[in-house]
Amino acid sequence: MAEHPITVTVNDIEYQRSVPDRLTLADFLREKLRLTGTHLGCEHGVCGACTVIVDGAAVRSCLMLAVQADGCQVETVEGLAEGPELNPLQQAFQRNYALQCGFCTAGFLMSVTAALRDGPVTTDTEARDVLSGNICRCTGYTGLVKAVLEASE
Amino acid sequence: MKPAPFTYHVPRSLPEALDLLAEHGDDAKVLAGGQSLMPMLNFRLAQIEHLVDINRIGAEHATPRVDGATITIPALARQRQIERNAEIVAALPLLGAALHQVAHPQIRNRGTICGSLAHADPAAELPTVLSVVDATFTLASARGVRTVDVAEFFQFYFTTALEPDELLLQVDIRKPAPGTVTVFREFATRRGDFALGAIAATCRFDASGTVVDTRIAAAGVSATPLRLTAVEQLVTGTDLNPEVLAAAADATSASVEPTGDIHASADYRRRLTATLLRRTLAAAKEEHHG
Repeated sequence: MAEHPITVTVNDIEYQRSVPDRLTLADFLREKLRLTGTHLGCEHGVCGACTVIVDGAAVRSCLMLAVQADGCQVETVEGLAEGPELNPLQQAFQRNYALQCGFCTAGFLMSVTAALRDGPVTTDTEARDVLSGNICRCTGYTGLVKAVLEASE
Repeated sequence: MKPAPFTYHVPRSLPEALDLLAEHGDDAKVLAGGQSLMPMLNFRLAQIEHLVDINRIGAEHATPRVDGATITIPALARQRQIERNAEIVAALPLLGAALHQVAHPQIRNRGTICGSLAHADPAAELPTVLSVVDATFTLASARGVRTVDVAEFFQFYFTTALEPDELLLQVDIRKPAPGTVTVFREFATRRGDFALGAIAATCRFDASGTVVDTRIAAAGVSATPLRLTAVEQLVTGTDLNPEVLAAAADATSASVEPTGDIHASADYRRRLTATLLRRTLAAAKEEHHG
């Protein structure tokens, strides 16, 4: 099986690696770069746990091949905190109990990060719409809605 | 690694992509947005020898345009890009309304219009929308280019007029005639889930509020998006009064043969489709009266 040389910038750091044809972007981030903050749930695009931002757009990293990210700018959950300080969105998640086990959290954070760049989220309905592409199976969505609204203020 | 082994190709031009499809044909699949194909590869429901990634064949294949009465959506135009294109959404509000109900932004950021059409899931929104407008599908191969209309394009579940060496290069959609009202209604158990039922309709009224022309299609009740021709005939020439709407809903129930699954029984889906039909026509009447 062929390997392809790729150059990918992840959280402002440029990586040059060789990747097999069928390696997904999610597995590339976790296994080749050891950026294990991105989680894999369903691996078919439904759960949203693996959401990352590629060239400014939130996408499912399980539905993109690593080789397709050649030349792209990727943002993952590891890039959110400012040094040891959680960023305002992460702090809002913490304050509002927007996570319990934390498995889905990275995906939620990246989806919400992309959505808030598009503009403020001011109502419950808008917040739920922003959150609808990610699934949480333990703590529910009330804390998440509050966190999104607070982070958007 | 989830997918079974394949050889990845990334052509840098359309002719190069078409040559690869000519060479590998039956053993190859085209990768555009990957939002349907990648899950199938990850599940190994699809196992292929060659993957032809068209994402780098050129920006001209990613740029939609409106030229007079024609909206052209090329192979690589993302769903998100179309829903945010004010000119296209103004020209065909039906497309914007349907796109908001296609999965989630994270999916629409990658997913293409042409990819969804080529995938041809009869329960999906976009094939249903394309069934109620005048549209031309341009199919390209190394042998040349040909065009087909919607009735010819969608053939069966996940089956289109595309030959193994062909690529859906673009769709050209004619703007509906001035004064045409368009409505899209669907029901899904959760936001962004696959619809349990959906109706797309275009409806042109005369000055007195009488329907002079209409096209109506239902999703998820047949092997392809289903034009409800009996319902169209029934409501044409009427003012969509409550008696007509009730009769149209009954005619819809009689026209569709959905299959049941874990999410909803066949009978539920039939009643749902009839209800959505009634709501769609009521919304069209209301929008016409404005």
